[in-house]
Amino acid sequence: MNKQAALLLVSHVEGIAEGLKELLIQVATDVTIITAGGLDDGSVGTSFDRISAAITDCESNTIWCFYDLGSAKMNLEIAAETTDKEVMILDAAFVEGAYTAASLLQAEVKLDEIMQQLSPLMVKN
Amino acid sequence: MATIEQWLEALLHFCEEIPQHKDQLNQLDSAIGDGDHGSNMTRGVQAVKDKLDTSSYSELTDLFKDIGMTLVSKVGGASGPLYGSAFISMAKTATESSDPTALMAAGLEGIKKRGRAEPGEKTMIDVWQPLVDKLHAGQLTQEAVSEAFQNTKEMKASKGRASYLGDRSIGHLDPGAQSSAYLFDCLMKAGVLNE
Repeated sequence: MNKQAALLLVSHVEGIAEGLKELLIQVATDVTIITAGGLDDGSVGTSFDRISAAITDCESNTIWCFYDLGSAKMNLEIAAETTDKEVMILDAAFVEGAYTAASLLQAEVKLDEIMQQLSPLMVKN
Repeated sequence: MATIEQWLEALLHFCEEIPQHKDQLNQLDSAIGDGDHGSNMTRGVQAVKDKLDTSSYSELTDLFKDIGMTLVSKVGGASGPLYGSAFISMAKTATESSDPTALMAAGLEGIKKRGRAEPGEKTMIDVWQPLVDKLHAGQLTQEAVSEAFQNTKEMKASKGRASYLGDRSIGHLDPGAQSSAYLFDCLMKAGVLNE
């Protein structure tokens, strides 16, 4: 396993988060990828509780987070504020950003270099 | 100065008011968003009501903190972290002050910080900001609540789900502004925020 960072994928739809994970595993078999998609009852939305539990349960203390829309980020922020782990929320294009990070983590590229490669993908404000 | 009983009365009233307007809030949200503001808020306030019904409070800060964390956990849409951050911010201020104006101003700051929005972007802030200003001036009235909410109609959304519609968001009332107007109404009716 790559120990630099784990990736957390947060989406309003469980299938989107799981589908993106499926895509990333293709290039990053040694990277820990966790998800928090949808609400507990399977409906559309983002859940602070699910995000928070994913962060707590993750074996890694450094977690990079990619997300789809607005409330995903706000719930991530509250989760980041309520954990001791190093949680970084990346405002990158969801699919392209997570794919870039996963590929480079697998190749054991250093975190600051990965950040540089992600910078043109930062499309959210 | 409002008592904790008045706050509880107002907030329990809000928990009853939102489900009664669930369909209306969903309809407002269908026009410019994802159509679930009423359903999401209803889920949230029902969880808040359950929490308040089974707890007792002697400090405002504990009351606000429980409401905030319950909303964050249960709403499931953007209004969860936004209303949640408002009440969590109010809980922090309540350790120093029980002045309703200071508390509502803290709630506004919590929403602004979480949503990174400013007045004029067609969000719940367009109710909170003018009404907190009115509170500071001692001029909060029912008409002011209604006017603030109605003013969102002609705004163009630049934050939140409605921002994806750009100019097409103009001409519709903002659902978060409507639910916020209900909150202010409940706080006024219970005498927390006096006319």
